Amino acid sequence: MGSFKGRHIISLRDMSVDDLGTIVEATARVKSGGAADMLRGSTVAVMFFEPSTRTRLSFESAILQSGGRVFGFASPGASSQSKGESFADTIRTVTGYCDAMVIRHPVEGAARLASELATVPVINAGDGANQHPTQTFLDLFTMEEEFGRLDGLKIGMMGDLKYGRTVHSLAMAMAHFGARMTFISPPNLRMPDSAKAELLARGIGFTEVQQPEEAGVDLDVLYITRIQKERFGDPQEYESVAHCYRLTCETVRALGGSVRIMHPLPRVDEIAEEVDTLPNAIYFRQAHNGVPTRQALLGLVTGGLE
Amino acid sequence: MTERTYKVYSITNGTVIDHIPTPLALKVVRILGLGQEGILTIGMGFTSKRLPGGKDIVKIENRVLSRSETDMIALIAPEATINIIKDGAVLEKRRISLPEGVTGILRCPNPNCATQQLGARPDFRLVDPVGPVYRCRFCERATKVDADLLMHATRD
Ligand SMILES: [Zn+2]
Repeated sequence: MGSFKGRHIISLRDMSVDDLGTIVEATARVKSGGAADMLRGSTVAVMFFEPSTRTRLSFESAILQSGGRVFGFASPGASSQSKGESFADTIRTVTGYCDAMVIRHPVEGAARLASELATVPVINAGDGANQHPTQTFLDLFTMEEEFGRLDGLKIGMMGDLKYGRTVHSLAMAMAHFGARMTFISPPNLRMPDSAKAELLARGIGFTEVQQPEEAGVDLDVLYITRIQKERFGDPQEYESVAHCYRLTCETVRALGGSVRIMHPLPRVDEIAEEVDTLPNAIYFRQAHNGVPTRQALLGLVTGGLE
Repeated sequence: MTERTYKVYSITNGTVIDHIPTPLALKVVRILGLGQEGILTIGMGFTSKRLPGGKDIVKIENRVLSRSETDMIALIAPEATINIIKDGAVLEKRRISLPEGVTGILRCPNPNCATQQLGARPDFRLVDPVGPVYRCRFCERATKVDADLLMHATRD
């Protein structure tokens, strides 16, 4: 088990299967109350160069619940960047004020660049369409909690598989655990060839279908993502697929009835509210798991959690 | 023909880059960041048995390029061959191979990449020698290399 102290958390590409196991195991310890106050005496900067209220609040809650202190900004207008300071100078300055940094930025690679300028650990809370590793860690933890294992799960991913970074990262992570994957999307939102080539290169096969009912009756997990308007250059392309999926209780039954439904939230209309009360629906617990996951990660990189 | 090219352009000391497919000679010069120093001779459009479309030759006087420098040529002209000349004789014949890492020579085509938006220095890793395909270390997109992605020469 490699030490995480001082380490930057930027991309799933940097993570080994052991790293993922360490994070999942540490999250379980935190969630069961076994690691209180691990950020006592630590100060964390939470800098959001684009707004994302849920992710920011989840990080801030994680820091406060672990006894740490937090400062930062929630949108670019509140940062000195609006006065023309360069991103690099902001990072070089703030690194002297804190023990770890959480960064969200609309530019792809911003967190990687920050990690090269900062002298404290940097955690990527989303860089454009590229990576959002803590989302993947909390997804993995939720599956481990649900099934008691990550190896060999059968997972369907449905929605925008073309632009959805969440599913790209999840597929990359699940490849470590020999998952059997089914990709469910309209033809123009299929998993990109580059992502599929990476899976094949690692010996992971997959199936592509257009409707959830075609995924068979033995899925362990159906992971649904929102079709995000802002990812489309062409509004007509968006309209053509905007409301193509709506998961109902009937769909859950068609999938064999025991499938767990996951979603990174927020949802629009891709899951009917009637599904919320089924025991299959675990997406709210999944969202809540964001806090212990981020607590564990901050504990690991600051050294407060061994 | 070959006889004539070597007579006309022969150098006593330095580096000869041969078998560059026409018309890539100027791009090779750009990849190497040459042009500021020493005597550079460029010949274009020679007939070649190996390259039906013709070949270009670049000769750099009084400078021996390192392997890491000449490997960069493989990004656009993997067929090229290198001869290191000393005192009028060929000291070393060198084959080139794709570099594992490329820093500061290629630009990332993703307009939303930190290399384009935040001043990060472009840095790529080889992912597939067929193409060849390189991955940007910042935005992590894989890009098939072509000569249009060459940045203007800066050697540092
Ligand atoms: Zn890039």
